[in-house]
Amino acid sequence: MRAVAWARANLFSSWWSTAVTLVLLYVILRGGWAFIDWAFVHAVWTVPPGPNGPNTQVCYAAKGIGACWAVVKEKYRFILFAFYPYAQQWRPAICIALFILLYAMSAMRRFWRKELVLLWIITLAIIGMLMWGGLFGLPYVPQYQWGGLPLTLILATLGLAAAFPLAILVALGRRSTGLPAVRLLCVVYVELIRGVPLISLLFMATTMFPLFMPNGVDIDKVLSAQVAIILFAAAYLAEVVRAGLQALPRGQAEAADALGLSYWRKTGLVILPQALRLVIPPLVNTFIGFFKDTSLVLIVGIFDLLKAGTTAVADPPWQGFGNEIYVLLAVIYFAFCFAMSKYSRGLERELDRARRR
Amino acid sequence: MSTTLRQPGSAPDRTQSTPIIVLDKVNKWFGQLHVLRDVSLTVAEKERVVVCGPSGSGKSTMIRCINRLESHQEGRIEVDGTELTDDTRALDQIRREVGMVFQSFNLFPHLTILENCTLAPIWVRKTPKAEAEEQAMGILRRVRIPEQAKKYPGQLSGGQQQRVAIARALCMRPKIMLFDEPTSALDPEMIKEVLDVMIELAESGMTMVCVTHEMGFARQVADRVVFMDRGEIVESGTPVSMFENPQTDRLKLFLSQILRGH
Amino acid sequence: MPDIVADPRLTNARQAPRRPVRFGWSDPRLRSLVWQVVIIGIVVAVVWFLVRNTNRNLAARHIATGFGFLFQPASIPIGETPIAYTASVSTYGRAILIGILNTLKVAVLGIVLATILGTAVGIGRLSPNWLLARITAAYVEFVRDIPLLLQLFFWYGLLQALPAPRQAFHPLAGLFLSNRGIKLPALDWMPAHSFAVLALLVGLICLYAWSHFADRRQAATGRRPPTWPAAILCIIVLPVGVWAASGAPFHLDLPALHGFNFQGGTTVTPEYGALLIGLVVYTATYIAEIVRSGILAVPPGQWEAAGALGLHRGLVLRQIVLPQALRVIIPPMASQYLNLIKNSSLAVAIGYQDIVSIADTTLNQTGQAIEGIAIIMGVYLCFSLSISAFMNWYNAHLMLRTR
Repeated sequence: MRAVAWARANLFSSWWSTAVTLVLLYVILRGGWAFIDWAFVHAVWTVPPGPNGPNTQVCYAAKGIGACWAVVKEKYRFILFAFYPYAQQWRPAICIALFILLYAMSAMRRFWRKELVLLWIITLAIIGMLMWGGLFGLPYVPQYQWGGLPLTLILATLGLAAAFPLAILVALGRRSTGLPAVRLLCVVYVELIRGVPLISLLFMATTMFPLFMPNGVDIDKVLSAQVAIILFAAAYLAEVVRAGLQALPRGQAEAADALGLSYWRKTGLVILPQALRLVIPPLVNTFIGFFKDTSLVLIVGIFDLLKAGTTAVADPPWQGFGNEIYVLLAVIYFAFCFAMSKYSRGLERELDRARRR
Repeated sequence: MSTTLRQPGSAPDRTQSTPIIVLDKVNKWFGQLHVLRDVSLTVAEKERVVVCGPSGSGKSTMIRCINRLESHQEGRIEVDGTELTDDTRALDQIRREVGMVFQSFNLFPHLTILENCTLAPIWVRKTPKAEAEEQAMGILRRVRIPEQAKKYPGQLSGGQQQRVAIARALCMRPKIMLFDEPTSALDPEMIKEVLDVMIELAESGMTMVCVTHEMGFARQVADRVVFMDRGEIVESGTPVSMFENPQTDRLKLFLSQILRGH
Repeated sequence: MPDIVADPRLTNARQAPRRPVRFGWSDPRLRSLVWQVVIIGIVVAVVWFLVRNTNRNLAARHIATGFGFLFQPASIPIGETPIAYTASVSTYGRAILIGILNTLKVAVLGIVLATILGTAVGIGRLSPNWLLARITAAYVEFVRDIPLLLQLFFWYGLLQALPAPRQAFHPLAGLFLSNRGIKLPALDWMPAHSFAVLALLVGLICLYAWSHFADRRQAATGRRPPTWPAAILCIIVLPVGVWAASGAPFHLDLPALHGFNFQGGTTVTPEYGALLIGLVVYTATYIAEIVRSGILAVPPGQWEAAGALGLHRGLVLRQIVLPQALRVIIPPMASQYLNLIKNSSLAVAIGYQDIVSIADTTLNQTGQAIEGIAIIMGVYLCFSLSISAFMNWYNAHLMLRTR
């Protein structure tokens, strides 16, 4: 009875609402059934091995009717780890786990202490050691062989870790009243970077950074892209931090002044702890944006997760099964971003409640 | 606490002892607006001065100039023998000696009450942490909220917060305390608890400059009342002479408005 | 001005004096000067170091500098050319101009469509219909959390997977969907159509003037002359009349299959189509959230208060609710438009030749990386600056009205 009452109120409250409900129900059922049909009922899960690699006849026969999940089964190691030596792929796998652990711990409020910075440094050092090897009997793996999900995570995490302190300095510089030249510098930097697309910075990094270097110094492509991402991220984060600084009542700075705290003490002990807490939700949203934006390095030919996926699609026996691969990639990206946005919203509610109390 | 009401007039005349704050023809502008006009005021050691006046009269600006939250542009301000200039060493010196209490408390919401009180002693006076905490607890007892030490400012009432703000300033062991309308943001029932703390502080011999409209407080503790209007000191004298025998029309008008409001 | 009696507090009988700088480390002005000189000095030194290296490297690699290449013939094949272009004959400058036009082509239409879709979804999320609210919420959540580039690959893959022209889908007369793109009927453009568009513009100006006049009438007499007849006259009757007066020409050029390909009509290429769909679907999720929060930002008390004054619903919406909602909506909307323009640079990944793609090819052919990057950045900075100029104007306008 209650279900009927609920449906009357929320689905069939007027003739207009009823029409909308019926149309949507039809679309959902049709679309949902078509997807289930494609993804499960008529899907091809495995293919037999042929003389020159797997025999994908079955998949081509089912094309357009059923999904070919065999391509995912065949290619997932390549998509996740790209050209990392096959026998050593447990190392990047551990790195992925470490990254996820690091994110999870950073998200918990009870770990928000100074020691967290130390934890980040240690974890990143372990990840670097695992990826490169050359120590403790692990064979050395040069950087050009890295790829896939670990590379995406490295670009995003290192990018943020380096961009964040820079962003704080820029935001403080932009608000400094006593240093007009520094303020101008910060304004120009932020507005310039925010005015151009990330791709143009990535192109700049890969084509111009080699020209910037003195004779005989080679700069690696991934490193160039990483620098571009840091410069890009810092400009956006600086604006978020600046909003937090602006939102803080002026009395806080005055009270710190009246107690005789110096500028850096005042900033470090009173202003930043409060300003950053105010902007955690928009900061997390900015992080989500960067995580997605790291996929742009594909355009300058770096083997991140997305590039590994598109390369897998280009393999001749598997050509034309892009959608299956894209589904896998979408699931991976979605998992990371959704977790972050869910977290950000939860935190926002919690902070709201704390503020109202 | 011992509250034998001090008889006005019978108190020792502190106005004649060593000056600790000297303002000499101080002028200040906000852009085009001339907010302090030739303000001259001398406060002696252990003297208690109450500053009153209509809003926008420059009284807050004046006391904010004394610890240089605002800088004056003309004239001289001397605090405890040090002249206030742009010189940062003099500034550091003075801010250690001068405590300030704000209208809106300005406690640090991300720190506990105890941390609010020990922040400056630890980082500015370089007091060891344990010692700073012990001192702070002593002062929190003096303002009668030692049991709240582990709480955060958001969990306290306005009156309690303002008492913490007073304790925070006292923890620096200042020679002078400045109060900028300390009770204006409080609900009426909380005003008394803050005034009691201030009265006790006055009786302990602290030099105080206090911007307030609490005329009862002024009568009870002030050695001198200073009336400001339009950026000038219009009249000053003992509370009795000021309130019972105002000389200028501006003060008469002000007093009538204040009394009507009460 | 001796005849103006001013508040004595505002008169400047005396001005604030200036103070000399003392030379000691404890003078904050000297200190800030030193800080600034040090920081700017470091920046200048780094830039100088980079410029010196760059000059040496350019000399060593015999790469020319300057923008002279803009006037040389370009050997870039370009698929979509809004203005005349011949590879190896036209100049690089012209190629880059085409790139800019292509970017604008996708950005302008993208902004219009994303606004429509986003507004619809944003309102849908607030619908009392549970199913509609849920589905729109799921759409926003899902699409936002997947990189745009991946979505573009998906849409491009989808459009390329359409059948060949001979087996093209043909759902409506004049509409063909195939892997060569989407074929649509085209209107044969006559001078009469241009006149009609001109008449529409004139009509809009007249309408604006009329509403101004109506405001003044209302202020003077208390009665407002009706607006809607003037609106119909200016927006519909005038352009249609002009079109009819100049002969009412109307001829659609329908696409038709000839051999292995189509003739006639107009084409939406798979690259343009995928980029447009991707940008619209992605940006609409952000716009939906902006619209939703804009609507929620107006407290329900406003409706009640205005209703209590006796204003009818349409008037409440126009005079009370919309102005408040728009104040919340427009600034983030502008930054989403800017994001869409910047995101259109992802075109390079699916082969649509926008400014980034063409400048990148130019850069690779001439080797002049610095100039190529400078062109890309310059173009986008122009877009950004014009949008922020608009925003500044709008905010100033708003401030004026809220005073």
